[in-house]
Amino acid sequence: MSAITASTGTAYAGVLGIGSYRPRRVVPNSEILEQIDSSDEWIQTRSGIKERRWADDDETVLMMSVNAAKDALKDAGIEPAQIGCVIVATVTHLYQTPAIATRIAVEVGAPTAAAFDISAACAGFCYGVAMANDMVRGGSAKYVLAIGVERLSDLTDRTDRSTAFIFADGAGAAIVGPTEEPGIGPVVWGSDGTQYQVISQKESWQEAAGSYNWPHLRMDGNPVFRWASFEMAKTAQQALDVAGVKAEDLDLFVPHQANMRITDAMRRALKLPEHVKVARDIERQGNTSAASIPLAITAMRESGEAKSGDLALIIGFGAGLVYAAQVIRIP
Amino acid sequence: MASTEEIRSSLAEIVNEIAGIPVEDVQLDKSFTDDLDVDSLSMVEVVVAAEEKFDVKIPDDEVKNLKTVGDAVAFIERAQNG
Repeated sequence: MSAITASTGTAYAGVLGIGSYRPRRVVPNSEILEQIDSSDEWIQTRSGIKERRWADDDETVLMMSVNAAKDALKDAGIEPAQIGCVIVATVTHLYQTPAIATRIAVEVGAPTAAAFDISAACAGFCYGVAMANDMVRGGSAKYVLAIGVERLSDLTDRTDRSTAFIFADGAGAAIVGPTEEPGIGPVVWGSDGTQYQVISQKESWQEAAGSYNWPHLRMDGNPVFRWASFEMAKTAQQALDVAGVKAEDLDLFVPHQANMRITDAMRRALKLPEHVKVARDIERQGNTSAASIPLAITAMRESGEAKSGDLALIIGFGAGLVYAAQVIRIP
Repeated sequence: MASTEEIRSSLAEIVNEIAGIPVEDVQLDKSFTDDLDVDSLSMVEVVVAAEEKFDVKIPDDEVKNLKTVGDAVAFIERAQNG
């Protein structure tokens, strides 16, 4: 009887490159106010959002993903053909099958890589990075491309005054590969399906079939705010603890850009020291779900707030409810 | 058990920390939204902080009934005694 040879990976993995794509069209609050009874001041005080980007017709999930991925590949300095797996976190690729990941793999130049989509809403990027880390360390892929991409404007009810100003579009990507030192801390993740209804697609595709109305996303603001601000602060603290990183050694805090008020409440609950820079990309970008963390990181790198080698605490949380947090070193 | 005044005073400190309202303004007859400008999200934060401080549970359904500082103090008193 012959034995099975098990795969072996590398001791450690890390994020080697990050990239993003921001849609061209800037949508100020004044445009949102054409369809809802609200005010610029109300939107800004409740969410911190001044403007967001909405994708044009040609800025598809595929196009935005490929641009973000090429950006990340360049940043990582690896060849596309070296990618062994493509993971795409999205809830707005509007085909049940096939996954958009296979077409992205072809377009970026990794046409035979393993490729699949995951549905983990606003936690999608952190889920993708966690899986990529395990794949590299487990030996099932040497390099993994993890993408978070959304066109939430397609599923936004423009007349819903509680959500119309929040959701936006964009893409972010990370290349995860082998490193000499640990570059990604242990993931703290989980779900709470008892609260599945607090953020959800309102109608199924079947219910929407035959009508001119697409399904829309809905959200119960206060329960989500409570869960995200306080329960997620505990999850973020656990991610620091299991990584063995103290708050004073942290350089960046990059929570999913859900709402500036959630970010502020989490920062208070975590008692982060003053020197820790906090991502506030939501001000210009809105809530881009799975794309928000890599978009925020690239914005902080461009502004000089984030530097190579910085330790960042990232946490994604959203519909499911699902959540994931880890400490990563910025490439 | 804490007195009404002790609860009001501790609650005033919470409201001050979260919403920046001067503690002396947080009186029993004041409305959170109309007088103190505490919006719905800040109210969630006040409720969570109050739950920890006073070791009580304030359900989401109950929060909308807490219109004044006095309503909140009375709820906390009842919850502590119950």
